[in-house]
Formats: sequence, structure tokens, C-alpha cells
Amino acid sequence: MYYYALKMLIGDRAKYIGIIIGLTFASLLITQQSAIFAGVMARTFSFLTDVSMPDIWVVDPQVQYIDDIKPLQATKVLQVRGVTGVEWAVPLYKGSLRARLDNGTFQTCIAIGLDDETLIGGPPRMLVGQLSDLRRSDGVIVDQAGAEGKLARRAPDGSRIPLKVGDSLELNDHRVYVVGICQVTATFQANPVIYTTYSRATTFAPQERKLLSFVIAKASAGEDTEAVCQRIQEATHLRAYTPSKFKTLTFYYYLKYTGMPINFLTAVALGFIVGITISGQTFYNFTLDNLRYFGTLKAMGTTNRTLLKMILLQALIVGAIGYGLGVGLASAWGGLLSGRTQIAFLLPWQLLLISAVAIMFICLSAAALSIRKVMKLEPAVVFRS
Amino acid sequence: MSELPPHSTSRIAVRCHGLTKTFGAGATAFQALRGVDLEVRTGELLMLVGPSGCGKTTLISIIAGVLRRDGGECTVFDQDYLSMTEQEITRFRGSHTGFVFQAFNLIPTLTASENVSAPLVINGMNRRAAVAQAREMLRRVGFDERMLESSPVDLSGGQQQRVAIARALVHQPDIIVCDEPTSALDSETGRKVMQIMRELALASNRALIVVTHDARIFDFADRIAHMEDGRITGIEIPQKNAAAS
Ligand SMILES: Nc1ncnc2c1ncn2[C@@H]1O[C@H](COP(=O)(O)OP(=O)(O)O)[C@@H](O)[C@H]1O
Ligand SMILES: [Mg+2]
Repeated sequence: MYYYALKMLIGDRAKYIGIIIGLTFASLLITQQSAIFAGVMARTFSFLTDVSMPDIWVVDPQVQYIDDIKPLQATKVLQVRGVTGVEWAVPLYKGSLRARLDNGTFQTCIAIGLDDETLIGGPPRMLVGQLSDLRRSDGVIVDQAGAEGKLARRAPDGSRIPLKVGDSLELNDHRVYVVGICQVTATFQANPVIYTTYSRATTFAPQERKLLSFVIAKASAGEDTEAVCQRIQEATHLRAYTPSKFKTLTFYYYLKYTGMPINFLTAVALGFIVGITISGQTFYNFTLDNLRYFGTLKAMGTTNRTLLKMILLQALIVGAIGYGLGVGLASAWGGLLSGRTQIAFLLPWQLLLISAVAIMFICLSAAALSIRKVMKLEPAVVFRS
Repeated sequence: MSELPPHSTSRIAVRCHGLTKTFGAGATAFQALRGVDLEVRTGELLMLVGPSGCGKTTLISIIAGVLRRDGGECTVFDQDYLSMTEQEITRFRGSHTGFVFQAFNLIPTLTASENVSAPLVINGMNRRAAVAQAREMLRRVGFDERMLESSPVDLSGGQQQRVAIARALVHQPDIIVCDEPTSALDSETGRKVMQIMRELALASNRALIVVTHDARIFDFADRIAHMEDGRITGIEIPQKNAAAS
């Protein structure tokens, strides 16, 4: 009977296509919007993703998210090193610098200063050169997106000439030389990222009393990281976070203080409403149109249990097709745009699962109404015209 | 085939006694059946005739097991629906009962042979075998090869009713109930349909009940039960049986 159930559904071409379009649209909207949301959110803590070595981040207690930099006194590094259970602790500088380009224009860049001795906190992947090249005098490493984009030179014909090793730049009136090109996880602001040593970065930086952005540290093997964080907080009166706690803090800050979640939830709700109204409604209408035939099948001996499975199958088939098309379109859209633009688009399996559950929910609620109607149908209706 | 089958092979298919059915309750209650007494034997085609609203459809609905009676007795092959669960009744209908409707009730998105195969599939036969058997049944009601897979919407009323008869017959039911099977057809087509019904559906181990108010087909009956106001008022054996002519 399941084959006939599908034929009944597919045979009603207009409704079948209508239901699938509705579900495709809903799944596209839900998947695409969540992927953008996930992408944007991941960018807010991309720095934490890239700096993977430390398992403790020490910051000012007032800090609300990763880019909310409140400089610390330089001596805090030593204090952290003195806490039991800390294997190592190094300074990390992060700030904004203005780079002067050849044509005289300025470009704001993210400058990251790594501990001179260990160079801990470097980029996740070097494309040209090596991290240790930073030890050469006035050396900087530039991220690829920046080198090919906002920091690129202009040829006389207007085309872009990417910044390459050996080129020079002016950072706050200091001339520096590119010694390497790296790749970083895309950032929220999408500004070029420039790596240099801690001491050099602090000389480029506008003169301020305090320049230490973070103390990054690692707990000794066998130590409970949370307990070490606790001890650091007691000893320094600063706040110590594990990377995941710091990510969560950042994530919730953006969730709370920006319009993004509302945007995102609105779009997802819209997807849901479209799904329920277009597809749910059409599916229910399909059942109503076929009520006479469901009644005939019932009179001819089809049990309620079989009818229930037939309707569920119909709902799950349109759900699977709509979901597949929607997710396919969403990934195609994401793939197409992220290849050409800096758009934030992240589609982990969890999101695929979430939109699958959403579409399933839409289909099952539509099916539930139809099933109720057919279960309650008196087979005697077949003789009433 | 003209006479009543000999009693040795004929048995009682349906026995109703004092059968009642009331629709609704309180002030709007309407008693549609007011004590029906009726016996139908296998091997006979019984017609149920009477004015509109006298309770014919209600009576065959109860006999077919799609409607529950309120009072009196009614057994179909010695089975009493009131002592069966809903599921048991549904399965009983699936294997013992064939249906023919005034409006044909063919599923428009299935082909003729798929429609006819449905009762077999419902009874658990695999689709391939069921469709093969359905095609054979359709040939017997006069379908040629290229009509077997046509859609009901492309068929004439008479052809659709022949598909419906094939569907009612394909699983070899013990009883077939037909509600106004010729009302949607012109008189010539109606007579053809009744002819097919007598030739193919009538069998010594099967009872046929045809509800109609179409006087032009009365001569196809073995017996005619007249109904009025929720009661059987008389049984008549038609003068000239069409099957004899
Ligand atoms: N489901 C129902 N609810 C209320 N009244 C009904 C219902 N079904 C039939 N009736 C009434 O019962 C009477 C008999 O109906 P029916 O058996 O269909 O008559 P017939 O088939 O002889 O025309 C009619 O008056 C009809 O209005
Ligand atoms: Mg009627």
C-alpha cells in the first residue's frame, strides 16, 4: 500500500510540488540563516580558535568578550608564572594599528604581538616563510586575505598586486618588512592581521601606560585547569578563563548586545511559518481532497494502522525531498559566496541536524492533523455522495 | 443460472431480524431502520428498492460492516459485527466483502489495474502478483490491453464502473454490496454493467446485494426486496429474469 500512498501523493502534481517548494524554502531559510549566524558567531572568537596552545587566558575582570581589551600591568605575567600548577605563562599583545599604504592611504590592521622568546600564539598556518622569521629585525607576518586584499598595492592598470615577502609597510611611522604570509580564521571585523613580536608591537603601539592585553598560560600536566584558573584569580585578582569559557563569554556577549540573534531568530521563525502554512496547509488539503479514497481504502479493509503509516510515509517523503533541496541550495549558496567573498558561513553537522529536526517537526505536525482526520473517518461515508 | 441455485449449494449469507438504526440523539434523532427482517442467500442477486431516504444505504452499510447497528440481530456468514473489534471488522471486510459505489470511487492517480489490485494488496499479496491478477480480472470485464494501465479519468462512466466491479471481485469475496451502481450511467450502459455483474460476480458461494431505484434493471434480480420507511415491506420474484433471456 505504501507504493500506492506515494503514487497518490505524487500524482497530485500541483500539491506535491507546492508542498516540496514550501519545505525547500523553509529548510533553505532555516539552514542558511543558521549557517550565517554560526559563521558570524564563530568569527567573534576566531582569535581564540587560532591561538590554540594556551589553556588559560588571564584578563582584566571587566573584560566582557575577546576583543574587549583592557590592558594589564606588565608584571602580571610574572605573577601568573608564580602560581602553582602553571607550566608557562607568556604575554600576548592585541591591538589596532594603522598601516600606511604606498599610495598614502591608511588601513586599520589587527596587530598581534607574540612573546619574543617563545613566539607562542602565532598563526595557525604559515603559507610563506616561518614563524621564527619574526626574529629578524622589523619583521612582520601578514595574513593572506589582508595581503591579497586591503593591503595589496594597486598596479597602474588598477589590478591588485598582493603584498609579498620582502615588501615593506609603515605601521604608526615604523617601517617594517614582510617576512611571511600566514592564514588565519576569518575575523569579525575582517581587517588584515599583522603578527610581530611582543616587544616590537608595543613600540609600534600608541604610547600608553599599560600594553599587556592577555597573559596566556598552560597548566602543568596532571593539573586540573579549572583549579589552576581559580588559583590564578586569587593570586592576581584578574579573571582566568579556559578557552571554551572565554568563547562562551564572547558568544553570549554578542548574543546579548547585538541584533544578530533577533535577526537570526526572525528568519528561522519565518522559515517555520512558511513551512507550516504553505506545506502543512497544502498537505492537509491533499488529505482532505483524498478523504473519499482513504475512506474507500478503509471500507475495503485497510486498517487504521496501515493508513497511519501511509500518511506518515507521504509526509516523510516530502520532508526528506524538501530538506535535501533546501540544505543543498543553502550549501551551494554558501559555497558559491564564501569562495568569492568574505561572507561568514559555517555549516557544521549540528546545524544540518537542527534543520532536519525543524523540517521533520513541520512535516509531522502536518501529518498529525491529516492522520487524525483519517483515523476518525467513518468508513460509512463511502456510500454517501 | 436462471433459477435459484439448488438449496444443497446455497446457504444463508445474511440474516437480519428486527434490525434498527437511529441517527443522532434527542430532538434531532432520526430512526432510519425500524426493524428490518431480511435473509439473503449465496448464489442470488438480491435487489433492494424503495424511495429515496427509506434506509437502503443504511441497511447495506450495516450488512457490509461499515456502520454499527443499534438493535436487533444481523449476522453475515454467521458472524456478528457487534461481537468483533473495529480491527477485526476491518479485516473481515478486507477478505469477505466487495464494494461497488454509485460514484465509482476509483483512486484517480492510480491506473485501472492498480485500482483493481488494491483489495489483494490490502490482504497482503505483493504488488506485482496483485497487479497481474488485477489485469486478468480487467480482461474478464472486457478491457483490452491498452486500457489496462489507463487512468480512471480517461475512462467513460461505464468503463469506470467495470473497473469498480473488477475491484469488487478480484479478491473473491463472499458478499458484494452495490449502492446504486447504475445511477450515474445511461440506461444501455447500466444494463451492460448489470449483465457483467450477473455473469462474473454471481456464484454459488457468493451473495450479491444491489441497492437501486432504477426500474430498468429490476429484471436482473433473483429477488427484489421492497423497502419503505425503514422496513422491508415485501419480497418479489421478478417475472422475467434478464439472465434467462
Ligand atoms: N449519518 C447520518 N446522520 C443522520 N441522518 C442520516 C445519516 N445517514 C442517513 N441518514 C438519514 O437516514 C435516512 C435513510 O438514509 P439512507 O439509508 O441513505 O436512504 P436511501 O439510501 O434509501 O436513500 C434518511 O432520511 C437520511 O437522511
Ligand atoms: Mg442511498
